[in-house]
Amino acid sequence: MNAMNAAITGDVFRRLGKSDAAVVIEDVAKHFGEVDALRGFSAEIHYGRLTGLVGPDGAGKTTLMRIMTGLLVPNSGRVTLAGFDVVEDNDAIHIVSGYMPQRFGLYEDLSVMENMQLYAQLRGMDADQHSEIFATLLDFTRLGPFTKRLAGKLSGGMKQKLGLACALMAKPKVLLLDEPSVGVDPVSRQDLWRMVQELTDDGMAVVWSTAYLDEAERCQNVLLLNEGKLEFDGPPQELTDQIKERSFRLEQVGTERRSVLSRALNLATVGDGVIQGDAVRVVLREGAEREEIDTLANEVGAKLEPVQPRFEDAFIDLLGGGPGGTSALAERIDKIELDSQVAVSCRNLTKRFGDFTATDNVSFEVQKGEIFGLLGPNGAGKSTTFKMLCGLLKPTEGEAQVVGHDLRYATGSAKSQLGYMAQKFSLYGLLSVKQNLEFSAGVYGLEGDIKRQRINEMIETFDLAQYLNTSPDSLPLGFKQRLALACALMHRPPVLFLDEPTSGVDPITRREFWTHINGLARKGVTIMVTTHFMDEAEYCDRVAMMYRARLIALDTPDALKQGAINDAHPDPTMEDAFIHLVESAQLDDETRANAQVVV
Amino acid sequence: MSHQDTKILDSQAGLTQDERVNRKFDWHRLFALVRKESLQAIRDPSTILIAFVLPVILLFLFAYAVSLDVREVRIGVVLESDSASAQSLAAAFSGTRYLKVTPARDRREVAELVVSGDLRGFVVIPQDFEQRLESGNPQSVVQVVTDGSLPNTANFVANYAQGVVLNWQASRHNGQPVSVINLEPRYWFNAELESRRSLVPGAIAIIMTIIGTMLTALVVAREWERGTMEAVLSTPASVMEILIGKLLPYFVLGMVATLGSAALAAFVFEVPLRGSLLALLTISAVFLIPALGQGLLISSVTKNQFLASQVALFSGFLPAFLLSGFLFEIDAMPVPIQIITYLIPARYFVSSLQTVFLAGDVWAVFLPDLAAMMAIGVFFFAIAKRKTRKNLET
Repeated sequence: MNAMNAAITGDVFRRLGKSDAAVVIEDVAKHFGEVDALRGFSAEIHYGRLTGLVGPDGAGKTTLMRIMTGLLVPNSGRVTLAGFDVVEDNDAIHIVSGYMPQRFGLYEDLSVMENMQLYAQLRGMDADQHSEIFATLLDFTRLGPFTKRLAGKLSGGMKQKLGLACALMAKPKVLLLDEPSVGVDPVSRQDLWRMVQELTDDGMAVVWSTAYLDEAERCQNVLLLNEGKLEFDGPPQELTDQIKERSFRLEQVGTERRSVLSRALNLATVGDGVIQGDAVRVVLREGAEREEIDTLANEVGAKLEPVQPRFEDAFIDLLGGGPGGTSALAERIDKIELDSQVAVSCRNLTKRFGDFTATDNVSFEVQKGEIFGLLGPNGAGKSTTFKMLCGLLKPTEGEAQVVGHDLRYATGSAKSQLGYMAQKFSLYGLLSVKQNLEFSAGVYGLEGDIKRQRINEMIETFDLAQYLNTSPDSLPLGFKQRLALACALMHRPPVLFLDEPTSGVDPITRREFWTHINGLARKGVTIMVTTHFMDEAEYCDRVAMMYRARLIALDTPDALKQGAINDAHPDPTMEDAFIHLVESAQLDDETRANAQVVV
Repeated sequence: MSHQDTKILDSQAGLTQDERVNRKFDWHRLFALVRKESLQAIRDPSTILIAFVLPVILLFLFAYAVSLDVREVRIGVVLESDSASAQSLAAAFSGTRYLKVTPARDRREVAELVVSGDLRGFVVIPQDFEQRLESGNPQSVVQVVTDGSLPNTANFVANYAQGVVLNWQASRHNGQPVSVINLEPRYWFNAELESRRSLVPGAIAIIMTIIGTMLTALVVAREWERGTMEAVLSTPASVMEILIGKLLPYFVLGMVATLGSAALAAFVFEVPLRGSLLALLTISAVFLIPALGQGLLISSVTKNQFLASQVALFSGFLPAFLLSGFLFEIDAMPVPIQIITYLIPARYFVSSLQTVFLAGDVWAVFLPDLAAMMAIGVFFFAIAKRKTRKNLET
């Protein structure tokens, strides 16, 4: 691969001489009807560097990507890529750039090899070059053993690698990857990073767009987008330096951490705060004194440690800080009293679809008032497990209970004890906000005064009054999430199930959401949550890690991280911990397989 | 940026290394796209279902289940008069092979059977039958009552009853016909008047519409829906190559299905192919131009499989079914509807198909039909090409 790319890109740089800008963006604006996707900004992207196009969903990342590949025409301003205007020299753009769309753009009913052949021919490569380049690319992506497999049957990670191989077929000078890490497990994600690293080392310009802010820290340069505006352009370090010496951790606050976070966030000098296992991490506002937080640390008897700032902290700071620490919702809810300490439990839970096992022999117990996280890559079986626990799927084997009701025999009474917030919020777009609230109150059997009272409560708590007659589809994301939460909580369930509640949501809305969840947990509501944001697992009391239908670990976030400490990672993150666990699970599988062979 | 600048940059960026890449139209790329599409078509069970199983089912339905022939229509004959001539006329009704007679004495018996749908009508031979015969007006010797809810059958019963009466009168006069001219009808092209012979060629038009319009609309919309179009658009392949690469395999599929259907028609359903195979293939190939063009246009406007299939159903399949003259004669339609049929490519195809099967190579019929289909096809393609740009702008 190295040799190949050196040959392509080396020449180009020598000839282009001094300017090493791969992409020049000049005052680009794009709107779709009334919606402004890009609000006019300029930036440069350079050869030999990995540039992160970072921002929450709806920030304008995909629009900018499509403009750079000549698939969209900007309303004003211009973009040149490798010296070609993306509008006027559209044909040239398709030759010098490789593009991997956000959705898997390859043919699922063609095999890996057939897809590669198609792209090789579309890129005008001679047939006699094929075998050599294919060999290099297959080796590079480690897809060699799977050439005959249909692309639709590949795992998420392998699909992205195949997409990458096809985008690289052209020997592009600029490689544009739109959210390549979505739906990819952390292990495959490492692989993608490694590949991209090699490509940039050879001089290619690589643009990696992502909604995961932690990925920004791995890029050499970052374009940070928010609502179509360029908020920051430069090395990520530069942005995190802006909040240097303003990040602290209140260590070892343990069982008190939720109230500590709530109090910290209510301090005027604190701009942002999150839970990290046993600790609470806070970021002070610009120019703020340490005094208030010191006092708080003394009161709760915690040690206050300065810590390295993170990119996400800096982003929140850039946007003027997160929400306060008090949940108006939780304030209104009475403390939940349950007969038993165990809110949710399952034993030997198994679900098979045909000969495919989605959930394999999973057992655990969740205590009352606990926040319990279910983590794992796409297809690991967390959604299936989740659906069995809420009574939406019937287990093939094993049993599950919610607040003492067996889901096999008392599905109805178990369901009345739980609130469920589905992925993507699942609100009714053709009903108004008010009608959505009335509907969910209705399906949970609320009537008359109680129904009216609960609905009014939710409207007040979540500040929904201004939107009552509009469709949920036109609500800002944050309000959509509030409405979905309101609908799930209408009947005051002691157990709340949240399926990927924060996917596609910007970090500030996520903060607000977790403030509510923390508040609810303090009132004794048991929270079951699935997430693919590894850092969000830190909010959980305990985390169950799922991989290939099995439960591979179940412990507190801190304990999971502790277990992953080694020379390479002295202070591992949740993601490191996850990779460590998956790798040891794979190793187990292999040893077992080998052992069987020996026997 | 001027062209010269581009050229300089081209050589700077080392693009001239492979001139082929820059070409607007390249056979290698087209071949790659055709190969991809063919592989997909072969692997997709729904394509096989639509292209090969559906035609067989449709042909069998139209050959055996659907029949426009009138045979053994059940009618009642009410004999109110006991005279010998009246009985002789009743016997004449019973003796035809197109009618199945239920004899009765009282019209109330059969009237109820008509209401319940057991009979399609009845003939009353009245008490004063003899007097009427004497008066010499053949029109009013009998009364014919028919079930108007089935107009075609009602017409048939009325006309046929009259015919029977006339024939009977003629034979009574010992070979001296009542009317001076004796009509002996002879049906050309389909001497036995078997509807199967005109329905089966028509069914081929329906099948081709399904493959050409429906299948094409679906497969192109699928590319938009699955995001594969976005990836292909970002390669050097041109719009022309993408469109042709998409259509060529379905063109071939359509032709294969036509040949298969024609073989079934000729060998299984015994519909004669009086024209040449070359004419049949030419007509079919030209019909595929508007059919594929329409499918392409639908998919590039809707970009969504569900919507595309609905639009294809309403704008392609139903008109081909109802307005092509295949089931319902165009001449019998109200004038505004007749005008609309001129916009339906299947109309011309059905006309040519029926000619090539039942009459032979009548180029005087084919040529105007071919020209009309070609014109509609070019119109669809022109719009589809305009609607498909090499970007994602709408």
